[in-house]
Amino acid sequence: MVWKKHEYDKIFGTYVFDGERAHRSYALNKLFYSFNEECCRTEFNEDPTSYCDKFGLHEEQKKMVLSQDFLNILRAGANIYYMAKFCIPRGVTVQDAGAAFQNITGDEFRDKLLKKRDGLVQRLTKEGGYWNG
Amino acid sequence: MANIIGGVTTSHIPAVGNAISQGLTQEYYWKRFFDGYNPVKTWLKEKKPDVIIIVYNDHGLNFFLDKSPTFAIGCADEYQNADEGWGLKPTAPFTGDAEFSWHLAESLIEQEFDMCTCQEMLVDHGFVNPARVLFGDHEVWPIKTIPLVVNTVQHPLPSAKRCYKLGEALKVAIESYPEDLNVVIAGTGGLSHQLQGERAGIIDVDYDLACMASIINDPSWFYSQSNAEIMEKAGTEGIEGIMWLVMRGAMGDKVNCLHKHYHAPISNTGAGVLLLESAE
Repeated sequence: MVWKKHEYDKIFGTYVFDGERAHRSYALNKLFYSFNEECCRTEFNEDPTSYCDKFGLHEEQKKMVLSQDFLNILRAGANIYYMAKFCIPRGVTVQDAGAAFQNITGDEFRDKLLKKRDGLVQRLTKEGGYWNG
Repeated sequence: MANIIGGVTTSHIPAVGNAISQGLTQEYYWKRFFDGYNPVKTWLKEKKPDVIIIVYNDHGLNFFLDKSPTFAIGCADEYQNADEGWGLKPTAPFTGDAEFSWHLAESLIEQEFDMCTCQEMLVDHGFVNPARVLFGDHEVWPIKTIPLVVNTVQHPLPSAKRCYKLGEALKVAIESYPEDLNVVIAGTGGLSHQLQGERAGIIDVDYDLACMASIINDPSWFYSQSNAEIMEKAGTEGIEGIMWLVMRGAMGDKVNCLHKHYHAPISNTGAGVLLLESAE
């Protein structure tokens, strides 16, 4: 019994959400998916430990959820869209979560992204045909 | 006969909806992005299409990972938006066209695209934000909608080429519907972005522009790439660009580009807007 290797495994710093990760993190993602319902969010907040047990999280997963260790939740294979339902209401954006992988703050992460705007209009002018107001 | 009058591409990220809700669209960060939609909005107001087919991926509202259809189509009279877990106020419901949807499903399945047919479907930000950015907010939406969902979340995903071929089949399906309907297709998502991993935050402007040029002039460049090749350049979430190919496949061999717009960054992404008409 082996997990198949993929062409994308070699891409640096990239974890593709495939069968192997989806299988490993199924209970975590299922718990996060339940947060679409307000009654589930309330039930979790009232007794997080019991809620984790209800979804069959193993000890390591439970520890990460209870300590809101978002980085390791993602490293454990959770899908970012599902984890967003857990971290965003707790004041941690998807960008903050992404930044943690590089050990930088969300603001530093956003500043790096903003640099993409430098020279953009000139680049588009060179390309030709782009709207620019 | 139903007729495809245009194809549009647009981002669908949550931040776009937040910016609209918070009245930020004319702030410096957002202005260039939103203003770039004005020619498309004007075109839509002039042409008044009857139906828009929005090609998007669900992010864990309607579908959970227990059942993850590769291609799914809404076949209902109405689609509700709902809270995705962040407490956002849902939009007004969208009117569907069940007869048209079922015709499309039948035709696509006849053409060997085995669609998952959905008689109830909650539509998430991937669907709602394109509608909001193209038509503004409404209590009664000015157009009927059909959601077409592509799995871009839980691999294995369909290939870029398969998405293009789905678009070709969609064209056949639309054009074999007897009612006179003017249809627009929106390919949503992208462009380059990656939300997690040490490489999170990549935006590859050159690659994004190459993809946009390919969508207009030569889609085979885009769809000849494997999903691994696309993700290496565009990031794990940038793979959403394959949904643009569904729209493009439905537009026929040659298109006229009426408008093209690109902006970066919008949140984590490069964002491209195209308005295409068939040149056949």
